[in-house]
Amino acid sequence: MSYAATPALVRLPIWRARIVLFAFVGAFAVLLGRSVWLQAVKTGFLQERGEARYSRVLEVPATRGRILDRRGDALAISTPVKSIWAIPEDFRASPAQLRQLGRLLDAEPRELNRKLNGSARDFVYLKRQIPPETAERVAELGIPGLYQQREFRRYYPSGETMAHVVGFTGVDDTGQEGIELAFQGSLAGAPGSRRVIKDRLGHVVEDIESIRAAQDGKDLRLALDGKIQSLAFAALKQAVDAHKAKGGALVAIDARSGEVLALANVPTYNPNNRARMIGAQLRNRVITDLFEPGSTLKPFTIALALELGKVTPDTVIQTAPGRLTIANYTIHDAHPGGAMSVAQVIQKSSNVGAAKIALSLPREEMRELFRRVGFGAQPQLGFPGEAAGKVREARTWRPIEQATMAYGHGISVSLVQLARAYTALARDGELLPLSLVKTEMPVAGRRVLSAETARALRAMLEAATQPGGTALRARIMGWRVAGKTGTAHKLEHGGYAAHKYIASFVGFAPVSAPRLVVAVMIDEPAAGQYYGGAVAAPVFAQVMQGALRLLQVPHDAPLTPVELPGEGEEAREST
Amino acid sequence: MAKLNLLLLLVLLACAFGLVTSQHQGRKAFGALESETARARELDVEYGQLQLEASTWGLHARVAGIAAETLGLRPPDPRRVRVVEPQAAVAKP
Repeated sequence: MSYAATPALVRLPIWRARIVLFAFVGAFAVLLGRSVWLQAVKTGFLQERGEARYSRVLEVPATRGRILDRRGDALAISTPVKSIWAIPEDFRASPAQLRQLGRLLDAEPRELNRKLNGSARDFVYLKRQIPPETAERVAELGIPGLYQQREFRRYYPSGETMAHVVGFTGVDDTGQEGIELAFQGSLAGAPGSRRVIKDRLGHVVEDIESIRAAQDGKDLRLALDGKIQSLAFAALKQAVDAHKAKGGALVAIDARSGEVLALANVPTYNPNNRARMIGAQLRNRVITDLFEPGSTLKPFTIALALELGKVTPDTVIQTAPGRLTIANYTIHDAHPGGAMSVAQVIQKSSNVGAAKIALSLPREEMRELFRRVGFGAQPQLGFPGEAAGKVREARTWRPIEQATMAYGHGISVSLVQLARAYTALARDGELLPLSLVKTEMPVAGRRVLSAETARALRAMLEAATQPGGTALRARIMGWRVAGKTGTAHKLEHGGYAAHKYIASFVGFAPVSAPRLVVAVMIDEPAAGQYYGGAVAAPVFAQVMQGALRLLQVPHDAPLTPVELPGEGEEAREST
Repeated sequence: MAKLNLLLLLVLLACAFGLVTSQHQGRKAFGALESETARARELDVEYGQLQLEASTWGLHARVAGIAAETLGLRPPDPRRVRVVEPQAAVAKP
């Protein structure tokens, strides 16, 4: 104010004010230019850098779906575990720390050193899939260059009992075998990610956007019944051990819905321990193995003869003298009979009888029937590696081949195909589609035989389990059973092995209203007995008895103990 | 005029404080939600582990073994089994 009051006292030169003004304008121009540069030209880059200070993209993990049995018991569950990995360049640990680490990871310090120094990789797994508690103790060691990663490990509580159906996953939680592989698409989840704002302490304070929503895998409910399965597995294992067999297989199908209630294989493996797995254990014999079924195929030959009106159940066939020679090849009956009815051909399992009947049938029709009941085509279970089997073109059949095919030689089928074919007999001629997954509704089958034929065969197959038949040991207490035994020489090096057999039995119960079809196959029984009626039928009886009780199927026979035949007096089948 | 300006300034201040408070509360609520979600996942994992345990303890073979050996249970003698038909049960309650 005092200066303004004395304007004339000091006269400043005008150029000084100009210079100051100029300087100020210049300074403002620089500021403006800088701000335009930052705001307009470099804005994208700056915003990006700013965001990098507070925004983070988080992975949202997704769990693999569980596999349950039809009762809802868990067969496969994923649970989080940790994997320990290191960047060898940054890895610094004192010998004491290394020893402690080795103890926690169950590895020699030398082993760890080899992994860390072995190659010039910048990433190395020290141990995969360790329990979270162990991982915490590893983290407490505070070794630089050592990191952890969250992963999922699959556990199979039922272990070897269900191994062949459920299958297993690899170390990356993707399906490798069985259902795990077949339903990989729906079981696997898709991990998602989201962008969040984190504060200085690392807490998430705000959700900005969900980049990809995490999708957990869907749970899968199988048709398998845990109780019947464990019963079936125990019975099969016991039989395979008792008969010193190479292996065995069993499948049980619900005759109403076509659901596979049990599917067991021996030898088996433990899916929780992947260290010792070999090919023979992993194979699902029920679905992927083909064999010549032997006499279990006879009912279909007879069914065709009945359908075409060539025979009735009472037609008498002359099987004496128990041999039939066609073009240098002789078909034998193990126990020659005389003249017998068609029903007795099944009951006593006469090869000669079946062959004679088959020779009266047109071969195209015979092949057509085999195809119709599902042989020579995949059973469409949706399981990896389903075998289709082989039924040769009818015009290439020679008469001897047509005759042997009547009793199941020269044709290869899988056990599940055989069991499925028997659903046609159990269901008045309707062939059922099979399912490994639980289905809610009863399904409609495809008609492949007339109801009368199916009923006539049921009566014959029931007779096979009664005195005079080949399958006395298939009988159970409280329910009527029907079924057919089979004993076939194994194919080896293009010919039949003299003393290696496959014993089988396929049947269903209760005969008045069939509920369950069970097929059993024992591979190379080597303890003396090898007939289907002696080796496979008892397994069938054991499983059928337990399963019908578990399914609460009403009795259709009196509850009196079944009298088992003594050694030697048993009627035996021919093949 | 000056009074109006002062009033507007006060209103503005109130709004600003309100905004800050609600933002803070929003973040706190979000933090709580986050920790609950994490807890839900943890419980889910634990549920899976318990299911595993239940399946392991409840293995049919194990139950059957304990029933037979420890408890001495066995299937009843067939001669002592009576089957009750549903119709008969209705007629004679």
